[in-house]
Amino acid sequence: MAIAQYKIGEKVATRDAYGDALLELGERHTDIVCLDADLAKSTKSILFGKKFPDRFRYVGISEADMVSMAAGLARCGKVPFASSFASFVVNRALDQMRISVAYSQTNVKIVGSHGGIVTGEDGPTGQEIMDIAIMKNMPNFNVLVPADYYETVACTNAMYYNAGPFYMRTCREKTPILYESVPDFKLGEANVLQEGKDAAIIACGSLVGQAMKAASILKSQNISVSVLNCASIKPFDSKSVEKECSKGIVVSAEDGVIGGLGSSIAEIIAEKRIDCKLFRVGLNSTFAESGKAPDLLAKYEMDANAIVERVKKGLGEKK
Amino acid sequence: MAKDQKQQIKKLEEITYQLRKDILEMTTIAGSGHPTTSFSCIDLMAALYFSEMKHDPKRPEWEERDRFIMSKGHGAPALYACLGNAGYFSKNEFKHLRQINSMLQGHPDRVKTPGVEISTGSLGMGLSVGNGMAFAAKMDKKDYHVYVLFGDGELQEGQCWEAIMWTPFARLDNVTVIVDRNNLQNDGWVDKTKDVSPIDKKFEAFGWKVIKINGHKFSEILPALKKARDDKKPTCIIAKTVKGKGVKFIENDPDMHGKALTQEQYEKALKILRKGF
Repeated sequence: MAIAQYKIGEKVATRDAYGDALLELGERHTDIVCLDADLAKSTKSILFGKKFPDRFRYVGISEADMVSMAAGLARCGKVPFASSFASFVVNRALDQMRISVAYSQTNVKIVGSHGGIVTGEDGPTGQEIMDIAIMKNMPNFNVLVPADYYETVACTNAMYYNAGPFYMRTCREKTPILYESVPDFKLGEANVLQEGKDAAIIACGSLVGQAMKAASILKSQNISVSVLNCASIKPFDSKSVEKECSKGIVVSAEDGVIGGLGSSIAEIIAEKRIDCKLFRVGLNSTFAESGKAPDLLAKYEMDANAIVERVKKGLGEKK
Repeated sequence: MAKDQKQQIKKLEEITYQLRKDILEMTTIAGSGHPTTSFSCIDLMAALYFSEMKHDPKRPEWEERDRFIMSKGHGAPALYACLGNAGYFSKNEFKHLRQINSMLQGHPDRVKTPGVEISTGSLGMGLSVGNGMAFAAKMDKKDYHVYVLFGDGELQEGQCWEAIMWTPFARLDNVTVIVDRNNLQNDGWVDKTKDVSPIDKKFEAFGWKVIKINGHKFSEILPALKKARDDKKPTCIIAKTVKGKGVKFIENDPDMHGKALTQEQYEKALKILRKGF
């Protein structure tokens, strides 16, 4: 068993889950082929590469080449997983994902690690903040942003077992374990991690941990908020989001608010005429900077405290 | 020249007359598209689809088939002419090229059109896809061959060279690149825009075997394709071509890149084609 055992609250990087899950899938499914653009040690696809060298290739530092090559493999019955940093694969291979994968409807799985501001010290070149907005807009692509180790294992499995193009974002920064074991993940279904009645926090990826922390701070102040984890960014669970929005106050938490999760929520509020105040936490068309993840989250008002403040502001306005 | 080769060439010349006619007809009806680009590479493609390649139009997804990738996707009319005449779909479809609800999109569409291996039309991606297919063949111990058609102007795209670097390194001797060397690109002459020459030395430096031919002469195309398949090295065939080849008044005209012929020009062109060249 490649999948490790962790306890709730322990901190593990989601990229490790991708490496472990792919290794386990590789044992069972010989049609899986893995490509990496010289970052396998970082994306963790190296685990697959060491175990199955015949089905693994470094393509060199050439993300565009890698993505179109994956499409060629897929057209010959393989299930290619192609990984690099989110910032490189999404931005440099955007057109290749558009034509060779999305338009061609090839069964290619793209994994971008080091997603979000929590990539920290590398600075804005490595902190991918636009990927969700970009990939959400890509026809035929499914977009997954899992929140913890176990959910990433579930998402990696879902990518294999569901045909079609997928983009999944993982993180280098260690984030808290939220699930007791690998959850029963379904495409297009969000997950209520905590029930609450006064307001809702809707988050994805590494920000779900901050959302849970915010919920517990608020609980200690007798404010009851729900936390909805939206790992399935596309297809999107409009029904669950609609239900949370009916509480009247919603805070969304992600890395880049324009075109991302917060935008999807805003669309639902407008289209369904829901009476709801939405606060969107995340970078708003701004590059962050180098620094430690917790410091960056605090400076750019994306940490648990920032979420708490927004919820309280919303409740204050309501009164 | 052996008698059977002569017969084969005669057959191919008859086919390419039909293919050129179909290309003109479909683009003139559509009122847009790239007939001259298509004429430039049609002899090369005819040699592949009607002689060299192992394929079955009744089974477009047959696992053992050779693969052809039209990396210069705007040459779509040439691909459609080959696929339609080979029997992948009804030639009736030609008259709906570029029209709403048609299976024949402006650029090749993998999903809509039987026989199209991968969607192209944004330049530079073909060989990367071909490398993936060739790598799959090696893993599965299959002996199909992968052909990728590049335009010469297309070689200005960086991704081409990422892929060109990979094929010999990965020992994919089941890949053949054909460069349609007509020295024209959208806005003018290739060597006046961003010169890609010397293409032969560049490919050789990247580890390829290079064969240079006249891309309109079957007596040179057919042996080159044979050699390329049998070589134990990835081969690049640099085919000297003329954009618009076959109809003098549209040949080598930098202003004819993305233009269909008018009805009047079309009729004039048909007469020229009938006479042969």
